[in-house]
Amino acid sequence: MEGLHHDTNLEPTTAIPDAKLDGKEDNIIDEQESDLIPTDKDVDFALLPVNQDLSDNDKIDLYDQMVRIRRFEERSLRAYQQGKIGGFLHLYIGQEAVAVGSVSVLGKDDHVITAYRDHGHAIAVGMNMDECMAELYGKKTGCSKGKGGSMHFFAPDKNFWGGHGIVGGQTPLGLGIAYALKNFNKQGSCLCFMGDGATNQGPFYESLNLAALWELPVIYIIENNGYSMGTAEGRHSAGDPLARRGESFDISWKVAHGHDLYEVRSVVQEAVERAHQECKPTVLEIITYRYRGHSVADPDQTYRTKEEIEEYKTNKDPLNLFKRKLIEENVLSEERALEIDKSAKDEANASAEFASESPFPDADELMDDIYWETDNPEKRSSEGRIFFEVP
Amino acid sequence: MSIISYRDALNQGLAEELQRDSNVVLMGEEVAQFKGSYKVSEGLLEKFGPSRIIDTPISEAAFSGLAVGASMMGMRPVVEFMFWSFCYVAFDQIFNNAANVRYMSGGLINVPVVFRGPANGGTNVGATHSHTPENFAANTPGMKVVCPATPADAKGLIKSSIRDNDPVCFMENTILYNLKDEVPEGEDFIIPLGKAKIVTEGNDISIIAHGKAVHTAIEVAEELSDKHNVSAEILDLRSIRPLDQEAIIASVKKTNRALLVEENKPFCGVDAQICFLIQDQAFDYLDAPIARVSAVDAPQAYSKSLESVQLPGREKVLKAALNIL
Repeated sequence: MEGLHHDTNLEPTTAIPDAKLDGKEDNIIDEQESDLIPTDKDVDFALLPVNQDLSDNDKIDLYDQMVRIRRFEERSLRAYQQGKIGGFLHLYIGQEAVAVGSVSVLGKDDHVITAYRDHGHAIAVGMNMDECMAELYGKKTGCSKGKGGSMHFFAPDKNFWGGHGIVGGQTPLGLGIAYALKNFNKQGSCLCFMGDGATNQGPFYESLNLAALWELPVIYIIENNGYSMGTAEGRHSAGDPLARRGESFDISWKVAHGHDLYEVRSVVQEAVERAHQECKPTVLEIITYRYRGHSVADPDQTYRTKEEIEEYKTNKDPLNLFKRKLIEENVLSEERALEIDKSAKDEANASAEFASESPFPDADELMDDIYWETDNPEKRSSEGRIFFEVP
Repeated sequence: MSIISYRDALNQGLAEELQRDSNVVLMGEEVAQFKGSYKVSEGLLEKFGPSRIIDTPISEAAFSGLAVGASMMGMRPVVEFMFWSFCYVAFDQIFNNAANVRYMSGGLINVPVVFRGPANGGTNVGATHSHTPENFAANTPGMKVVCPATPADAKGLIKSSIRDNDPVCFMENTILYNLKDEVPEGEDFIIPLGKAKIVTEGNDISIIAHGKAVHTAIEVAEELSDKHNVSAEILDLRSIRPLDQEAIIASVKKTNRALLVEENKPFCGVDAQICFLIQDQAFDYLDAPIARVSAVDAPQAYSKSLESVQLPGREKVLKAALNIL
């Protein structure tokens, strides 16, 4: 994985050069920290209780979800290339195990918020392909009625709070969701997903400080795909691993591999436990990889090689790895896997059909959903003019 | 009815809404133990406890965003900015998140949050602490903007803003905090957003203002009446968005002359919009060009000698009025 800086840094970092205390070398990696940085060989995550508790059907369902996300996105890419989807399309392909694994350990008072690469999380929380695809097509039947687009999917009824377009902008919102949960005495948590690039935005640090200071049940999940748009981690971030930045605030942190769904479940479940039992935050860094460009319209060959992408696809594809595991466990057969794949493709095609046939919003709908008051005129308490130019 | 300060009126309004709805919390720098940098929240910590009156670190982006996230979940947070000028480090949270989440979610999410604090020049604190962002807050669809000029309005409007289901930017004025006037008592006293107030009725010229400029307008109207035999009508906008356009147009149609006064900067300021509305809706009623006095188009200066000429003072406003009479 030449050039994939982030993937070479799971081993404990060595002491800061020349760091000395009382005249002797200080080993800055304490015992706890070494424990927190996983190595592939130490643990078989499949054997941990959180994964042992899964029934065969549960496992097949998790695989199914990952396949559905991938087929949905592949179908959306085709539609984008056909000019049916405008704007940006940030694909999650390659990262599926992170959203699916994380969301799979959540309960009724656990919430999710993420950035603009949000299709995977949306489908993982249970949004259906039709409403998602229609949103990409800018149709009235989209989850946001065609007003949000790819970066802004929402489903508050499924505890999913977006879909946010500004890098790092969702980090204080996730904090606020956790704050509200604590205020309402809910034993819940908020998973706030973000990319590696977002770790360099100021509000993230302000949020970490408040999360620790006020003991809020927020879990920052850094999906480290190695690139902040086209800038490799080694060129955008000092200090490694990124999750260790939580340590400055005495926040528990951990690094995990995102290509292993069992491992993702295990670390997220541990963090959710901490949120539920101790009402405390966690920072997780989940090492993953995206196969497509930052957005599909962006050139992808200026900052990484085809070989790098191919190598990840060959050795660490989360779908293939999980499929292989389930076959080894005698949970899944090749035939069943093919059926799942076919069904996901059919569902994705049907969603494209649905989106294509759905009507575009009317010009009048531009003015809906701006203010609660103008959407509920019979309950309006304010007076005066509120819009100054209408269609 | 009792005579209390603008500061105490805000305090009363906040206390009543905190009492009325357990989802209301007040958070910001120094609001609790310190009793508020301008003592607006004095006594609230003792009354409502630290889970409702919350001291934050100096992290406007985080606590503004936190309030937005909490409001999405059903809370009604009131965020105090020590100065509205400090909102600039939380711009994304206020103007991207609070203002847009409802729209981008196709109306699935409400954001009943209030951002409040002083937004004014005139106190020798230099450019970074003297911003008046009501114009660009009002330039953001999804946002409501309120600028109370009197103690009664401060109370009635803060209560309405907290009860409002949309995000509200509530802009106070440090120079007005000590202003005393009659304020109605009782939980039921509220003033709807978007309703202007005729401060003084008149027939010869409409002076339209918001915030502290209203008080300048009152002084000018007295002088116009005393020395120039001119009857000026003063309209206090109170809310910038929604805007009481009807009241503006009705007044101009009556007096046939309009003078707009604001402490906002001129370029794309609030009065630029109002000027457009008047010429659009009452062009044929105008007997003179619309006059406008705003803050001088320079960053707010520190020195008293400089700053005293920056804000629209009595002399300048009077001259502008006489110019179109």
